[in-house]
Amino acid sequence: MSLSPTHGFSTPARTDWEAIRSDFPLISGQDLVYFDNAASSQKPKVMLQAMEKMVAHSYANVHRGVHTLSQQATDQYEAARKTVARFINAADEAEVVFTGGTTDSINTIAFSFGEAHIQPGDEILISGMEHHANIVPWQLMAQRKGAHIKVIPVLDNGSLNLEALDSLIGPKTKLLSLVWVSNSLGTVNPIPYIIQKAHAYGIPVLVDAAQAAPHMPLDVQAIGCDFLAFSAHKMGGPTGLGVLYGKRALFENLPPYRGGGDMIDRVTFEKTTFQGLPFRFEAGTPHILGAIAFAAVLQYLTGIGMRQIEERERQLSQSLRCHLKADFPEIQLVGTAPDSVSVVSFLVKGHHPMDVGVLLDNQKMAVRTGHHCCQPLMDRFRIPGTVRASLAFYNTEEEIGRFLTALRKTIQLLR
Amino acid sequence: MTPTMNETAAMLEADFAMFETWEEKYEYLMDLGRDLHWPPNRAQTDSMLIRGCQSRVWVDHEVKDGKIEFFAASEALIVKGLVAMLLKVYSGRSAHEILAFQPDFIARIGLSQHLSPTRSNGLFSMLNAFQRTAIAHQNA
Repeated sequence: MSLSPTHGFSTPARTDWEAIRSDFPLISGQDLVYFDNAASSQKPKVMLQAMEKMVAHSYANVHRGVHTLSQQATDQYEAARKTVARFINAADEAEVVFTGGTTDSINTIAFSFGEAHIQPGDEILISGMEHHANIVPWQLMAQRKGAHIKVIPVLDNGSLNLEALDSLIGPKTKLLSLVWVSNSLGTVNPIPYIIQKAHAYGIPVLVDAAQAAPHMPLDVQAIGCDFLAFSAHKMGGPTGLGVLYGKRALFENLPPYRGGGDMIDRVTFEKTTFQGLPFRFEAGTPHILGAIAFAAVLQYLTGIGMRQIEERERQLSQSLRCHLKADFPEIQLVGTAPDSVSVVSFLVKGHHPMDVGVLLDNQKMAVRTGHHCCQPLMDRFRIPGTVRASLAFYNTEEEIGRFLTALRKTIQLLR
Repeated sequence: MTPTMNETAAMLEADFAMFETWEEKYEYLMDLGRDLHWPPNRAQTDSMLIRGCQSRVWVDHEVKDGKIEFFAASEALIVKGLVAMLLKVYSGRSAHEILAFQPDFIARIGLSQHLSPTRSNGLFSMLNAFQRTAIAHQNA
């Protein structure tokens, strides 16, 4: 079946961001400046309402019962899958698998693709700015299969050295697994271009979209990726739920990652046959409430418009970057790639990021400090970590102002 | 005579009680950190690193006349301050004294938010390290 993209390119009436902020109970009307959205975002009321509604009216296990309630639950769960498929513009909702999160999605492909396609001596290509979740699953698979991992280097400004791409891709390269938006630098990698390039060599591409999905319209058909992974909790949805998209041609021939209920066709003690997509990759009772709540959140985000959200978040993070650059000679920005979104990573020169984080926390500023699960990237820049402010559409210019005041005070205290 | 662990803790508590704002408290803590120095002739190796801290923290010790002397260093100033505060109380004590001591003063100073095992500043791990060292030297 064919689904049309829901993120329109027309300009709607001016978005009322203040009203939108009031949809988020934890932050609306609070002093707290929540700039830790890259770790996890706050939740809109619609998420809770969707969960509550299902628990109160239509909760049962899915795919198993002939009874009406189970049928209703199944219908809602499958409708949630359809909503996700529309959100990312998948050609077919069967290409959408619900997982436990981005990490789980990548592990699934690392295992299943590894089992099906990797021989000793084969190579997986990743980049120097990957989250540990897009490094370690490949290392585990490489150990098992006798494969090797190659790494696209990162330039000083925090963008990828794409000139190295041609020399890194060889006859042994079997898959490219790449982050779209860096969780520690904010760099937006030119994913469509890179995919085109990899495909020219006949290499499939997995996109880690954990930090892209919350901040920009996704269209898996337009970018042409073979696999795409993201998490619900970083975009207003519940924890413990993620999405794994796989292009049918490649996805449906992969062996299962986990065995259990729901993913089987017929089980005997001698032999078990498996379901097709998407159920083959959803062993056990899925996160039913999570999927339904996430669908409600995606509809909410689509209502605002992912294009509008992207513009807003680019504006906010650019504003923060500009202020830091113009007014804070003590600050060193880490990651100054021309294209970035949401994340602003920095250091106060001569001071450990943790000291900065603790002093900001005392002023009700929630930021992340540390290596952001990107130790190889921190090693590359020879820094112990950074202070990371990551913004969402419900943040405001006024909050940026308060953050800068708090940062000024932090620097004074550290002197 | 050297003040006891409890007396030293009470003095620290009194010092911190003078401050009315969190800023003053942290400035004092960071001053303690600035005064913490690793002995120049003592090697600082990875085997001395404490787990569970976002900044690197080194802890070493030496036993002299039945007293355990601790040495510590960290990359982060606030963590240095926290460990300097602990050293004032814990360093130069017997294993018996250390094991009998309850570090309630940290909560009373108002720094207990640093004291959870899930906090990434390592204070909890440092206390553990002091106690493990004391256990190791208990019968020495």
